[in-house]
Amino acid sequence: MTQPARQAPAFDPAILNLPRVGRLHLGRWLSAALVLLALALVIKAFAEGDIAWKVVGQFFTAPAILGGLVNTVIMTICAMALGITLGVVFAIMAMSPNGVMRGCAAFYIWFFRGTPLILQLLIWFNLALVFPTIGIPGLFSARTIDVIGPFMATLLGLGINQGAYTAEVVRSGILSVDHGQTEAAKTIGMTRLTTLRRIVLPQAMRVIIPPVGNEVVSMVKLTSIASVIQFSEILRNAQTIYYANARVIELLIVAAGWYLIVVSILSLGQIALERHFAKGRAGAGGRHG
Amino acid sequence: MAETTIPMVKALSVTKRFGTLAALDDVSLDIAQGEVVCIVGPSGSGKSTLLRCINQLERIDSGAIWVDGDLAGFRQDGSRLVELTDRDIARQRLASGMVFQRFNLFAHMTALQNIVEGPVTVLKRPRRDAIAEAEALLSRVGLAEKRDAYPSELSGGQQQRVAIARALAMQPRLMLFDEPTSALDPELVGEVLAVMRDLARSGMTMIVVTHELGFAREVASRVVFMDQGRLVEQGPPAQVLGAPQQQRTRDFIAAVLS
Ligand SMILES: Nc1ncnc2c1ncn2[C@@H]1O[C@H](COP(=O)(O)OP(=O)(O)OP(=O)(O)O)[C@@H](O)[C@H]1O
Ligand SMILES: [Mg+2]
Repeated sequence: MTQPARQAPAFDPAILNLPRVGRLHLGRWLSAALVLLALALVIKAFAEGDIAWKVVGQFFTAPAILGGLVNTVIMTICAMALGITLGVVFAIMAMSPNGVMRGCAAFYIWFFRGTPLILQLLIWFNLALVFPTIGIPGLFSARTIDVIGPFMATLLGLGINQGAYTAEVVRSGILSVDHGQTEAAKTIGMTRLTTLRRIVLPQAMRVIIPPVGNEVVSMVKLTSIASVIQFSEILRNAQTIYYANARVIELLIVAAGWYLIVVSILSLGQIALERHFAKGRAGAGGRHG
Repeated sequence: MAETTIPMVKALSVTKRFGTLAALDDVSLDIAQGEVVCIVGPSGSGKSTLLRCINQLERIDSGAIWVDGDLAGFRQDGSRLVELTDRDIARQRLASGMVFQRFNLFAHMTALQNIVEGPVTVLKRPRRDAIAEAEALLSRVGLAEKRDAYPSELSGGQQQRVAIARALAMQPRLMLFDEPTSALDPELVGEVLAVMRDLARSGMTMIVVTHELGFAREVASRVVFMDQGRLVEQGPPAQVLGAPQQQRTRDFIAAVLS
């Protein structure tokens, strides 16, 4: 079968001068309209609902709320710092040629990932029941109750638990770096730890940061479970207030607003960090050979 | 001053196994200071393994290797050999520089940072001096204008020249090249070989694993032919490449040239 000969187009250079018009994005307009409609309905419901917005405004910057906010932020920072430090240390231990180190790391990850966080918090908080005093024999000792209050117990509980998860994230980040990088570092005389610090970890960051950023965001919210051991973070303080004045939804809105603000700021920080560690990866993207 | 006669590399009955496979089988080799030795041989014959044992990227199973007179990996303590620590092995590796087939430039560092990294972090040189020397090295390999480019922004040939500069920045006494041009497009091979030729002329001791027989003929003081983990034949390039004594060498050269 022979195809009918195709008509050659005119190839008229005049088309170079024709104006160009973008196409109509019907779907976008339609979806925007639907979203706006839904939004309007939600706003209407909240405006007409039984919410005293004045109370929300009034308590948004109340000292107890701001104090709780500060505690939440400080706890997030401290617990994440502890978690990331432990995560890096245990990831390196998990990949050590030393079998004892590997065993310790495996035990740590197994234990703290395997038990509920709230249980771990309760254990830290009630440590005084088992060990009335803690310290290093002969050097110093202190009453456990004085050392491990709500702040310390929360920090230990959240930070050590976080470390077990971060260790796995860091380990996968380290594994993502081409082995050739490690060998090249060795050939210029670097030791194992220097290689990790200067060559492997900076490149692993690209893989580590997105999940850790995710975990920071979780941590902001996770601090709220420390209210069970009387750590006065923002949600607990909001609850204390609404037990007294019965403005439940208003105070929950206040807390929600602050959580969203903190998380938004952190997300901006994450974007900046990701940019920083994308160095050398941008552009043409690995032309090899 | 007494002229030293210590060989730059001395390998004595070196055996290296991977499982049951002997990647190196009773290999002995002496390389004098200033020599340029090209190692040729078919794929899997143990050429890379030999280089990697010389700078201790691999541990040998038996035999001994001395690099510039230092026994690799061990310290003699009376009648025993005591294994060296990670740190001591890292220090021994400073004697040699290595250039890889796949370049292995540090991907998160610019060309200049790649070169400066070792001198500053390992040798604790002042950064200012290290940068000045790195710039000189970049000029020497013809890449002065690429100092701030990341590896991903360089061609293969340019990456390999930076990798050579990075190794030279550590002022090694011996340079190891593992098929430095095998991953390159043909038109980029020449620029890398030119840098290596200059280096050979400057008196550097070099061990070069290569399939570039032309380069070997021109630059090598000796050619070593390996097959199945053994040294089969060695001698001046004209002899090994021009009039090989062994059948296996003849077959290999015929295969490469065809
Ligand atoms: N890490 C390893 N694990 C197991 N076997 C290995 C390893 N490295 C090398 N070998 C084996 O040892 C032998 C020698 O390998 P080597 O890489 O030294 O060969 P080569 O001469 O460099 O080959 P090529 O020209 O392909 O690079 C091969 O059979 C190879 O499969
Ligand atoms: Mg090889």
